[in-house]
Formats: sequence, C-alpha cells, structure tokens
Amino acid sequence: MTPLLEIRDLRIEGRSDEEWHPIINGVDLTLGRGEVLGLIGESGAGKSTLGLAAMGYVRDGVRISGGSVMFDGIDLMNASTEEKRSLLGRRIAYVAQSAAASFNPAHKLIDQHVEAPVRHGVQDRGESIEDAIELYAKLRLPNPEEIGFRYPHQVSGGQLQRAMTAMAMSCRPDLIIFDEPTTALDVTTQIEVLAAIRDIVDQFGTSAIYITHDLAVVAQMADRIKVLLRGDEVETAPTREMLDAPREDYTKSLWAVRGYHRPEKPKPGPESVPILAVEGVTAAYGEQVVLNEVSFDIHPGRTVAVVGESGSGKSTTARVITGLLPPRSGVVRFEGEALPPSYRQRSKDQLRQIQMIYQMADTALNPRQSIAQIVGRPVRFYSGLKGRRLAARVDELLEQIELDPAIYRDRLPGELSGGQKQRVGIARALAAEPRLIICDEVTSALDQLVAEGILKLLARLQDELGLSYMFITHDLATVKAIADEVVVMKEGRVIEQGPKTEMFTPPHHPYTDLLLSSVPEMDPDWLDRLLAERRVEALGEAATDKM
Amino acid sequence: MSLWIWLLGALAAIAALAWIGLWAARRLSGNAPRYRDMSYGVAFGYALALAAIAAGIWLWMKPGAVYFRWAVMGFAICAVAAFLFRLAGRHLGPERLKRQFRKMPLTAAFGILVILIYAFVAIFAGWIAPHGQEAVLGAANVVPGGDPAMGGDPAFPLGTDRIGRDILSRLIYGAQNTVGLAFATTLLAFFLGGSLGLLAAVVGGWLDQVLSRGVDVLMAIPSLIFALLLLTIASVWADGARGLLTFYMVLIIAVIDSTRVFRLARSVGIGIVVMDYVEAAKLRGEGMGHLVFREILPNAMAPLLAEFGLRFCFVFLTIASLSFLGVGIQPPLADWGTMVRDLAQFINFAAFAPMVALAPLLPALAIAILTVGVNFVVDWMLHRASGLKS
Repeated sequence: MTPLLEIRDLRIEGRSDEEWHPIINGVDLTLGRGEVLGLIGESGAGKSTLGLAAMGYVRDGVRISGGSVMFDGIDLMNASTEEKRSLLGRRIAYVAQSAAASFNPAHKLIDQHVEAPVRHGVQDRGESIEDAIELYAKLRLPNPEEIGFRYPHQVSGGQLQRAMTAMAMSCRPDLIIFDEPTTALDVTTQIEVLAAIRDIVDQFGTSAIYITHDLAVVAQMADRIKVLLRGDEVETAPTREMLDAPREDYTKSLWAVRGYHRPEKPKPGPESVPILAVEGVTAAYGEQVVLNEVSFDIHPGRTVAVVGESGSGKSTTARVITGLLPPRSGVVRFEGEALPPSYRQRSKDQLRQIQMIYQMADTALNPRQSIAQIVGRPVRFYSGLKGRRLAARVDELLEQIELDPAIYRDRLPGELSGGQKQRVGIARALAAEPRLIICDEVTSALDQLVAEGILKLLARLQDELGLSYMFITHDLATVKAIADEVVVMKEGRVIEQGPKTEMFTPPHHPYTDLLLSSVPEMDPDWLDRLLAERRVEALGEAATDKM
Repeated sequence: MSLWIWLLGALAAIAALAWIGLWAARRLSGNAPRYRDMSYGVAFGYALALAAIAAGIWLWMKPGAVYFRWAVMGFAICAVAAFLFRLAGRHLGPERLKRQFRKMPLTAAFGILVILIYAFVAIFAGWIAPHGQEAVLGAANVVPGGDPAMGGDPAFPLGTDRIGRDILSRLIYGAQNTVGLAFATTLLAFFLGGSLGLLAAVVGGWLDQVLSRGVDVLMAIPSLIFALLLLTIASVWADGARGLLTFYMVLIIAVIDSTRVFRLARSVGIGIVVMDYVEAAKLRGEGMGHLVFREILPNAMAPLLAEFGLRFCFVFLTIASLSFLGVGIQPPLADWGTMVRDLAQFINFAAFAPMVALAPLLPALAIAILTVGVNFVVDWMLHRASGLKS
C-alpha cells in the first residue's frame, strides 16, 4: 500500500534582505495511514514550514525550490488551486499553535466549525452541527450541546484548543497537522488536550504530523519521531527506539537537557536573617483581590522557586516586592527592614538591591539602545563610573555572562538570538550589583538547550557572587533543576512551601500532587498510566460520595 | 444616457476580452500553472489595464489633448529623474547611504529628490530668482512659454501676473515663504504635541485626563474655521504689522495641529510605557527626563517622523488655503496659495489657449508635487518602521 504522504528531497527557501535563504534543505518524510509522526527541533529548525508544506502550502515570502510532495497519489506541488482547495479542510486539516488567535473572534465556534463541511458538500448545516456536538463530547468538552454556540472569548484556552481539533476533524480528514497545539497551555490543561487529541486520532484512524519542541509531549503522541536541526533531518526512528537509544549526538544532547540537576544547598541556620521576607501580603487590582495573605522568606544565597498555573499570582507577588503594586496590607522586608510599599518612595540603594530579569527578552531590552548602553546605564546610574572605567566594567559584565565584548558591545538587541538577549538581561541586573534577583519565567520562552545554558549561568553566578534568586516559573522541571525551596501558589494563596527535597517526596498537598503529576515524562506510557490512575481515583471518589 | 450605454458596452467588451484571453493563454501554454491557477478576477484586471493603455494612446493622438500629453511627459520625466537619482545614490557616497538606496522603491527616491530640490530652491531663492518677488516689471499679463508670437516674452519664461511681476521669481520665493513657514509651524506643533503627549502617556492619571480632554475640545472645532476665527482676532491685535500677523498665524496653526500630534504621541507612548524595559528603568529610579527622552522617544520616532511628513503637508495646505482666503501670508510677499487666487481667472482660457491657463496651474502644481513627494517618503518610512519587507 502506498503511504498517505510522501515528501521527497523537499527544499524550501525564505526571502529576507533581498536574498533567498534555505529553510529546509532536502528533507524526506513518509507517513503511513493511521500513523502519527512527531516532528521536533528548536525554534528556527523549520518544523512549521515543513508541516505547512505537507499541505502544499507555503507562507508569503517563502517558496518551494525543489522536491516533491505526494498526498495519496496526488502531486501537491503541481496541483491546481482548485484541486488543492478540494483537499484542504476536507482531507488535510491543520491545527494551529494558538487557537485563540486562529478563531475569528466575531463568529460563534459552531459557525466556524460547519464552514468546511458545508463548503465541501460533505454535510449540510444541520448534520454538521449534530456531528460537532458529538465531536465536542468525544473531546470531553464541558456542555457539548451548548459550547459551540459561544464566541471564542467566552471559552477557556484549553477548551478552545479542543474546539479547534474538533473543527479539524469535522470532515474526517485523512491527515491532520498539529502545530504545537499545547505549547501555550498550562501543564494541567495540557494533559486534557493531549489525551483528547490522542483518543480522537486513534478512534478515526487519522494520520497526523505532530509538531512540538517538547520531547516529553511528543513521546506520548507519536509512533515515530523525526528530529530536525536548521532545516536538516538529524534522525528518524520509532518513538521507543529513539527514546531508549538515540543515535546522533544532537539528539542525545536534547535528551540530556532534562538531566541537569543542582543539589539543594544546606538549610540556613536559625539565626540567619532572611534577605527578603514577604509577610501577610494581600494585594488587589481595583476590587479584584489577586494575592491573599502571602508569606514566605528568601535566605541569602538561596534559590526560592515560586510555582503555579497562570493566574495564580506569581508575577503579582514580584510586582509587590519590586514596589510596582503597593499591597493592600502586609509588608515586604529586606534584611529585616520594611521596604516602602511603592518603588517611588524607595531609596536608590533599596532599588539597587533587588533587580529583575524578565520573561520576554524582546520587550525587556530597549530595541534602540546598544548592548553597551543597556548594560552601562545601571552601572553609571548607581556607581557614577564614566568613560573608560565604565566601558571596562561593561566588558567585565559581558564576560561574566559569556558574551564576547568585542563582538557584542555595539550590537542592538535585534541582532542577538533569544538566549543571548536573555543573557544581556542578566547582565543588566548584575550591573546594579544586587543582592536579590527576581527571575520571572526567564527560561520559558527559550529552547531547551538554550534554557539549560541560562540556568547553568545563573547557578554559576550565584556561587560566585552569593546572589539570592526568587525564581518564578510554571515549569517543574526547572524547579527540580535549580531550586532550594519551593513555594506553590494557587488563586493568590500559598498552598504549600518547603525545601525542594521535601516538596518532591510524597505526601503532597493535593494541588501540588496534581501539578507534579501533570509534568510530562519522557516515557511513552506515562500518559496512559496517569490517565488510568486518575480514572481510578475519580471512581474511588465517586464511590465515597455515594456512601 | 448614451454615456451609460457606452460605459456598459466597454465593460462588457473588457469582460469578454478577459475571458477569451484567459482561455487562449491556457490553451496556448498547455495549461501552465501560471494561467491554470489565475482567477477570472485577475484576468479581468489585466484586460482592464490593456484597455486603459489603449485609451491613453488614443487620447495622446487627439490634437486637443495638450494637458494629457504634458501630464504623460511630466510623469515620464519624473520617473526617469527618480531612477537616475536612485542609480546615483546606489553608486556614490558612503556605504550606509548606498545600502539605503539599494532597498529604496522608486517612489521614495522621487520623494527624496523632490524634497531636496525644494529645499535647495527655498534656501537659495535670493540667488536663483532672476527678479525680486515684489518687483513690478512693466509688462503685465505676459503669457507663459516665452514665445512672442503667442503673447509671451523670452525675458519672462513663465510670464508675468496682472501687475507685471515675474511669475518664475515669485514661484521661487514662494518656496521660501510657504515651505519655510510650513516647516517652522510643523516643528513647533511637534514640539508642543509630542512632548505633552509622551508626558501624558508616562504620567497618566489626572494630567493625562486634563490634557486629553483639552485636546478633545480643540479638536471638536473644525480646524480651518477655527484658524480663520483666531486669525481674524489676531489681525486686530497685530494692527497692520505684517510680520506680527505671520507670527500669529504660525502660532495658531501650530497649536491647532499639535492636537493631532498629541493624540498620536500619547497612543504610541502608551504602547511603549508598558514595555518591560521602561518598567526596568522605572525600578532603577530613573527620572522623567530619562524615561521620556531616552527610553520612549527613540522607540516612538518612526511613527512620529511619518506623522511629521503628513502633518507638514496638512500645515502647508492650510497655509496655502488661508493665503488663498486672504488672511495668511500677506501681499506683496509671494506665496503659492495667493498666487493661485490671483491668477485664477486665467483657468477659463484653458479650452482654447492652454499656455494662458498654465499660469494659475504652476503654483498649484508646485503644491501638488511637494505633497505627493513628501507622502511617498512617509509611506516608505512607515513601511520600514512596521518591519514589512516586500
């Protein structure tokens, strides 16, 4: 039997600065019927471009310069617009990364759902609506009868992603391309979406290409994995084989990232004064209370990780500590001394002691200032250094973050990669010579290899300079790697806190347990096992409820 | 009625041409993807373009269509001049400039060329102009063209006006007066609106409310009427002193136009204030001056510069229309708006003496070309600022 999709020696180029640059250099891909292929790689590896090319489509400013794409015996490269139009949506469907950005906010979900079946003449509107409700139920959406009649903004992110999967399924396509469908979701939501996608793909025997940068996720979903690196294929192998025995060095390095682990530092003595103490802080945006009696300590030289889902109040806590959001009640102490609630009332020295590193390095660095200006400004502002001594200090800081000053001093942030930008953000914080650095999701926008480099750098700086870190993250793998203490937050409250080793050994608070168990593991059976466990628990609870 | 029938017929013919052309192209090319995937709408566009070119050639052949021929020739000359200018820019000068010229569309090159020429003429008007702007030179109503048989005079290539002043000299001085004043006014409007707008964005709260509502009140009154009203009051204050009245005019137009700049600067500023690097600067303890001029202004520069170009055109047109109405730049100073008004009657001769009607069209053309040129440059800058690459 011929494979469903066969890509041979595909070459794709993108246009920038009036020249064509290769994006994909001759990749082969074969996908059998009912097979799920995982496509992984760092950002810029060409995963999405390859995924779209499997539909015979390229984005503006990109062209296919060679190779062939055969879908079920149809040559997509030479197919007419009419032929492609009859395939797309009906036999090949696409699920985008951000469902929130892909649904038209002006139309109800169901109206967008029925569009493809009605247009392709597969079903009429009535049949299609009935079918949609069935699909919604299969994808375990709450209220399948009514949810379709809502507008996209009235539905949560995870639900929207499932509604999008249902939409892709509406014509029962032979092939679905999933482009990072769970990347923008919280871990606990991700589980539901993953399970729903996998069930429905199994049920209809649909073939799928699953694009992601998260190895643990792809391990759950795919039968085979293909690793891409800068437009070249690194290797392809069945999932289990690939996980157990990766052949290429690059693949091995990807696998090894998760191995980084920093031992917990010894506990501080009883007489140790915490460098930062948050005491009973309650904060609100207008009437909306977002922090409720939050208390925790950070001791000198230690790393405290604050974890929780989005909306749990992690970043708000940072805003209270820095003084951007004065608390309604409670106090923040720095080395035992109460800090004024607003940053405007704090002295220059108090401001200097606490620095921040931001999640999005793109918005954290002024795009119109050179690296030397960005890093030099705090040096000059706090220490008054000028001229040659300022330049020498900036060079020293750049060397500390492992960037060559001669090359990077005069560059603009736009000329750096994501990881390099994040390093400059670290240098700017270091330039103030602080005691405490607040790291707000500093690695979540980065590829795993790059993120690991940043974590190692932060750990080294901590050892050298005796810094304390408050590490805000939703990624428990990061917490495992570098934290000494963990604070778990939910809905503006601290649920549980303690040293890392204690936190990662049972018994947990139920919420901590949910968070921990939701972190995907690099084991292809993990999702099955987890779902089975949860089902048993749910049954047990139902049974106890009845009694 | 017959015109409508004629138009419908032409449309039908073009539609048929498109259909036949598409069919023929598919047959002849052996169904090549280019024609196979071309939609009927695109084919209709090609047919329409063909019809437009044919109509243009037909019009060119007609003996009466003098202005059309001039327009086509003028367009061709402009295009060639812009092309040569860009070619020169690509091969002369420092490397950074060359790189800019390499990415530049022809329209932007034309705009820059126009601005350079106008600036040169405005600055050196005193040396270039053959006569003074106020000099009355005897022969009145000399026809442009310099051909004595047609009523022209080689000494006055563009003719003279009703009281015998040289139109060429007045056009050249007009560049100095009109463009110079417009430039000063726009600068003032930007200084006022830009700094207040960014300040409102950074400080927010009640200052923002007071400034924004004040601007709303000013914007609620139609600007030309408002300017006229204020200028009438100002002319009483100026009490006949011409210089003072011009100064008042600059001030009034600047304040009225600064409201638009304020709006833009504030909205751009609000978008930048929420960036993390501004937050980082605030948390560092930086003062207001550093925040506005170091962190925010450089990032707001692209849209503000683009607005500067547009605003310049509007100010320029406002001054021209105020002068046309008689309250702007006062005679005998040369000004393009006033010149259009003074020479307006000659337009009636357009049908039988094209050269005579040229007199009022020349200052109008000077205004039009500068406006188009500035807008081309602004479009290009907006395009670059938005990061769109063709």
